[in-house]
Amino acid sequence: MTAVEKHAWEMICQRSDLVDGSGVCALLGNKQVALFYLPGEEPPLYALGNRDPIGKANVLSRGIIGDINGELVVASPLYKQHFSLRTGVCLEQEEVSVEVYDVRLEGDSVLIGRR
Amino acid sequence: MSKRRIVVVGNGMVGHHFVESLVKAGGENAITVLGEEPRPAYDRVHLSDVFAGRAPADLALATRETYRNWDVEASFGDPVVKIERASKRVVTETGRVFEYDKLVLATGSYPFVPPVSGADNERCLTYRTIDDLGEIKAKASGSRVGVVVGGGLLGLECGNALRNLGLETHVVEFAPGLMGVQLDDGGSAMLRRKIEALGVQVHTGKNTKKISAGKVSALQMEFADGSHLDTDMIVFSAGIRPRDNLARDAELAVGERGGIVIDYKCKTTDTDIYAIGECALFGGRIYGLVAPGYRMAEAVAAQLGGKDAQFVGADMSTKLKLLGVDVGSIGDAHGRTEGSMSFVFSDGRQDCYKRIVTSADGKQLLGAVLVGDCDDYDTLLQYHLNDIELPADPQSLIVPHLGDRPLLGVGALPATATICSCHNVTKGDVVSALDAGCCSLGDVKGATSASTGCGGCAAMLKNLVEDELAARGVTVDKSICEHFHYTRQELYHLARIGEIKSFDALLAEHGSGRGCDICKPTIASIMASLWNEHVLDRGIVGLQDTNDAFMANMQKDGTYSVVPRVAGGEITAEKLITLGEVAKKYNLYTKITGGQRVDLFGARLNELPEIWEELVQAGFETGHAYGKALRTVKSCVGSTWCRYGVQDSVSMAIRIENRYKGLRAPHKLKSAVSGCTRECAEAQSKDFGVIATENGWNLYLCGNGGMRPRHADLFATDLDDETLIRYIDRFLMFYIRTADRLQRTSVWMDSLEGGIDYLREVVINDSLGICAELEAQMAHVIGRYECEWRVTLADPEKLKRFRHFVNSDEPDSGVVFVNEREQIRPARAEERLRLVPVDKKAG
Repeated sequence: MTAVEKHAWEMICQRSDLVDGSGVCALLGNKQVALFYLPGEEPPLYALGNRDPIGKANVLSRGIIGDINGELVVASPLYKQHFSLRTGVCLEQEEVSVEVYDVRLEGDSVLIGRR
Repeated sequence: MSKRRIVVVGNGMVGHHFVESLVKAGGENAITVLGEEPRPAYDRVHLSDVFAGRAPADLALATRETYRNWDVEASFGDPVVKIERASKRVVTETGRVFEYDKLVLATGSYPFVPPVSGADNERCLTYRTIDDLGEIKAKASGSRVGVVVGGGLLGLECGNALRNLGLETHVVEFAPGLMGVQLDDGGSAMLRRKIEALGVQVHTGKNTKKISAGKVSALQMEFADGSHLDTDMIVFSAGIRPRDNLARDAELAVGERGGIVIDYKCKTTDTDIYAIGECALFGGRIYGLVAPGYRMAEAVAAQLGGKDAQFVGADMSTKLKLLGVDVGSIGDAHGRTEGSMSFVFSDGRQDCYKRIVTSADGKQLLGAVLVGDCDDYDTLLQYHLNDIELPADPQSLIVPHLGDRPLLGVGALPATATICSCHNVTKGDVVSALDAGCCSLGDVKGATSASTGCGGCAAMLKNLVEDELAARGVTVDKSICEHFHYTRQELYHLARIGEIKSFDALLAEHGSGRGCDICKPTIASIMASLWNEHVLDRGIVGLQDTNDAFMANMQKDGTYSVVPRVAGGEITAEKLITLGEVAKKYNLYTKITGGQRVDLFGARLNELPEIWEELVQAGFETGHAYGKALRTVKSCVGSTWCRYGVQDSVSMAIRIENRYKGLRAPHKLKSAVSGCTRECAEAQSKDFGVIATENGWNLYLCGNGGMRPRHADLFATDLDDETLIRYIDRFLMFYIRTADRLQRTSVWMDSLEGGIDYLREVVINDSLGICAELEAQMAHVIGRYECEWRVTLADPEKLKRFRHFVNSDEPDSGVVFVNEREQIRPARAEERLRLVPVDKKAG
């Protein structure tokens, strides 16, 4: 983290709430956040808005994780569009994107902060 | 400018092909089709398939809708009775009048009935239309013996039909041999031998004199040689005659023995009237095959589109299967060309006969006859049509296994060589399609229509496409995705042979990257078919599509539907009450499915375990409605209750459903069991369907409803319970092993080279020697079956993901329901804006 991106980190859940190689959803204020845990990747944790802007339902945490040309993505379980875990941009429709959150592990805690 | 009015009289195969060609060519035409038969055009060539179980509707080449979509006015069942050339109009039987700028006669032909006394008996029929089939079927039902008069191509087709109807079948032919037009004496004799071996009795050189009421049977036929034959019905199929009455009455030129005279533009003696197909006489000849008719139709359509197109005659070579016997005839089959040489090969043991006729110098192929083995047909036809110089020993083309047999590769064919004669597609057309960007067999079929007619050219087309692609240095990429450069089938074998049990291990050994939503579920399914471990096991859960991951079906708003298994559709009152109570308690929308079970909609993620807790308590198991797996085995009540049932279809359906429940496959699998031939369970629309007979069960394979319906093929008949199950075991595992990702059995079957016959070889005759292995694997998968929901409920780790928020018990505020017809449904976008949400949990 650079000094510019300083923000308050908030504990959102425990490491044990995460599922290896897959996603779960957490509530941050009134926002739904999809948390993806990929042990072995660097970084191992990613967070996107949970709402699928194309399918219009809160489901992205239930998508399959993978990579397309090296880019880590989640595939929407509704209509299978891919969203980048790093940028939130939809690979099939670049004008569509979802929110991206900073997220990290500290001990057994999962910390999240808005960019 | 007003549109040009084109009226087409006749809606047979050729008439329809003309309209199709004209519509495809575009242009400002107002097209009117006037058909005599009460239904739109259908495939007359395959008429006898109806007796082998094909539905008449399947023969349709067009529907009324087709014509509506083409903006073509079409009328059926009201034949044209008069052409008024002076005022350029036609009049129908009911007196309707249609004016034309151009008139196309495609009136076809009628079956010739020899002038025999008694031939007008009501038990004497003809064989030409779907209505004729109905008549034949009706008369056959009270008959034991049937006679076909005519031993030509149509006569033998018809003989096959009678045989399929279970009659003792006789074929009576005036000439000394069968199929005299297409076959020489040797071929004709071989054909006769083979047909007689099938139980059809052949009488040649018989001139029917009289038909009268019989003593033993309904009818007696008397022949000129004094002999007679007893029969219950007679079908005349002794050749065709052109239907030229309209033209005759309108004083257009007709041939001495019938047929509307046309020139190379297919124009009659009136420049605004064309004639095409079997009603037309070109160069003193009637072309009684469909392909030349199509060529005429295309020539006229092209001319009307402003192009200069001609009909210059057509090759009458033909290849067909008569009563299961392969017969081929090319060019001068009789060797009538002056100075021609013949080479004959006959194999009494294998029952095949081959003859080629060459020019005097032995360099050109003039004709050929093939009976019993048509493998050489395509090659010989290409030699013939393209004047390719024959090898020094022409006989090497037909004599089997004599070392280096010269192979005529597709590469040697000229660009003008016809590959598909149904749609007149040349090698050049295929090459152009590839040049224009097609890169697979499927693309080429779509672009050129090649091999979408009779399918006889399938093998040659495949060779040509592969050959051309290889020549361009294209390797056809069949990888399922960027992470695995393998097909599903290859991955299946890699996992099976390497005993690889996880995605990560398969990826490490055979793939690259991290995987994706294509390869992960595919491999999860392969692992399930091979090892059948729990879908939510560690290392597997992340591979699953959301439906498998949550063992429920995600709906548009992110809620799920729940479908418990109701094997065979049989359910107790107690269980029905449980379903009702659960639906009421969780306020779920309830709908009966097509597979005889109950679907409960609107369950939130966190509710799924609670709902299943109650269902499992009541004895329900998961229904796998969410998986690419066995769904339902539908049944009728069968002999237990039904007055018509001949077997206990419910018990069999339950047995089958319980045997294969949880079996994961490349795509979903559906089945049904009907207790009698009335087929109330609709088994013929299923991946595997079972229909009871007096003696056991008939098994049908690879049917499909849905987007591309396909009737299942009859695979085996009168099976006992154990054989039935054994065949289904083998069939399913063979499908799982060899099908592509998301390939239903119907598409898989269509892609199997050799089709149902090949499948029979593998499953019944164990031609690949793998049946024991297939059965063992099935036994393994069945042995590991557990209700996925029951296991999940007992494992807190697996239940972890069944909550909407990991850090809150709040429900997903994005899920909003409204009421409709006393049940919930998801709110529409505009409703959400002005909505007071319905409280989901009742009470």
